[in-house]
Amino acid sequence: MSPAIPGPRPAAEDGLSWPVSHKLLKSLLGAWALAACSAEETAAVEAHLTDCADCADEALRLRDAVALLHPEDSLDLNPALRPRVLAHCLARRPAKVPVPAWAVPYEAETARLDALLRDIDTADWQAPVRLAWFDGRRPATRDATVATVIGHLTAVDGLVAEALGLSVPLSRDPAATARAEAPDEGGRPAAEVRREWREQGRALVRTASFADDRVAQLPVDYGRFSLPLSDAFLDRAFECWVHAEDIAGAVDYPYGPPAPSHLNHLIDLAVRLLPRAIDRRRRAGLAPPPHALRSAASPGRSLHLEIEGRGGGHWYIALDSPMATGAREAEVAHVALESVEFCRLAAGRIPPQEAAAGQDGDQEAIRDVLFAAASLSRL
Amino acid sequence: MTMANEAPPRWDRRMQQRLAHGEAAALGELYDRFASLVHGLAHRVLGDEDGADRVTRDVFGHLWEHPEEYDPKDGPLRSWLASLTHRQAVTRLRLAASEGESHDESEGRTGSRELEERVRAASAAARADYIVSSMPAPLREALDLAYFHRLDCARAAASLGVTEDETRRRLRLGLQLLSTAHQGPRRSARAMAPPGAHAGSRR
Repeated sequence: MSPAIPGPRPAAEDGLSWPVSHKLLKSLLGAWALAACSAEETAAVEAHLTDCADCADEALRLRDAVALLHPEDSLDLNPALRPRVLAHCLARRPAKVPVPAWAVPYEAETARLDALLRDIDTADWQAPVRLAWFDGRRPATRDATVATVIGHLTAVDGLVAEALGLSVPLSRDPAATARAEAPDEGGRPAAEVRREWREQGRALVRTASFADDRVAQLPVDYGRFSLPLSDAFLDRAFECWVHAEDIAGAVDYPYGPPAPSHLNHLIDLAVRLLPRAIDRRRRAGLAPPPHALRSAASPGRSLHLEIEGRGGGHWYIALDSPMATGAREAEVAHVALESVEFCRLAAGRIPPQEAAAGQDGDQEAIRDVLFAAASLSRL
Repeated sequence: MTMANEAPPRWDRRMQQRLAHGEAAALGELYDRFASLVHGLAHRVLGDEDGADRVTRDVFGHLWEHPEEYDPKDGPLRSWLASLTHRQAVTRLRLAASEGESHDESEGRTGSRELEERVRAASAAARADYIVSSMPAPLREALDLAYFHRLDCARAAASLGVTEDETRRRLRLGLQLLSTAHQGPRRSARAMAPPGAHAGSRR
């Protein structure tokens, strides 16, 4: 900023006309207090303030007012505060219309991702995001942007919305978009992409809250398979978290795992889907045939999956038929994995060969389960 | 950063009804919209994270437990929450100070002067927040561009789609309104006193 007071000069369209009147200088005081004047205007105002007590008085007042402006939102709100505050509220007055337990992780994960999206710059929406999955044989990746990832979440959430009979916000067919290799957001504004995803997510939670208990069993058609609504909500929470981590990584933002009780639900869903995934791999010729066909009710050979850390537990996975139930007595192998590591495996972020698993027992069974877990990943 | 985070009154009314119905999903939405405002205000008064967390918990707990206390006719929910937050934070600040005093009698006097200074500053800040949230949108947008986005008048004018003269007028008027926050509640009571300034008249 030039400290020199500019000399008289002819009137210009967007400059000051000289000599400058008291009235004009007074009109500049707000902009001056906010440092929004040009160098030339600033100098003229400051020269005037030494002569004009009236303007000097107002200038001081307005500059003090600027000190009262501040960003009203605290940007570094701790994400762990939300569940604590909600739990505190619900303990004081139980909800008459609660969010169903199976929808709570989705509600929490979408809120977490939304807080991240609120904090990033508009320019970050075009940041490249590397999406990874396991295609059954080997790791695969695709390049996307923050905006297309959110568009993809919206599209697949739309399948759940359709099952609930909600009108889908997208003008296109959500099933087609969900299947599409590269959902094209057509450069829509970030705010619109975010709002569409968020509003649909809220409508899902709300509709699930008001529906009767039987809605949990409502089938959601994913195209290649279907899931009961309660599992679909867990699946959507899982994918929301996984993609939020992709986005957070792309824009260099810290992002932790879900709350332990939610993480436990997500792991449980993945584990329950494993027998079917093993079966699918066998049908596709990607895994050796089952050892013995048994009657549907009998426990087949089982793998003991021990998930360590927050949200962990013990599961027994039936190896020989999607209809069988796993059982402790039939354990032929034992795999131990940390909870977030297991989720990354199931999300295709870690190839099955690289999963840091403690293993013991039948190597073929272990391989089948780890590869099937990785195959649960899809875009 | 959003100074222009305006919810239509209809949203406030709907939210109040949903809270009154005991809809847990509404509580989550309420938190998502206002938690950073509430936490930010509480933090500004108290200057510590734990205290701000506690006030945030209490403010949402209070509205969830007593949704009937907020009447949309009285004004925006955001202002109501800001005022409740301010009151709770100041109460907590006074409480913490009086606990400190009983530990150390000799510093009680200067401590209470400092405390009153902090309370006064916090009150001015709360009034300023209220003024900003209730001033006409064109003024708020101009301040937003000039202060938070650091645009000069020419670029702010281009962004607003108005002349530079009009931009300067808005900036000056906006700051004039804001400067009334430094005056006590009585002088600014005309139209823009925060509900917290005369909390008694509300009951």
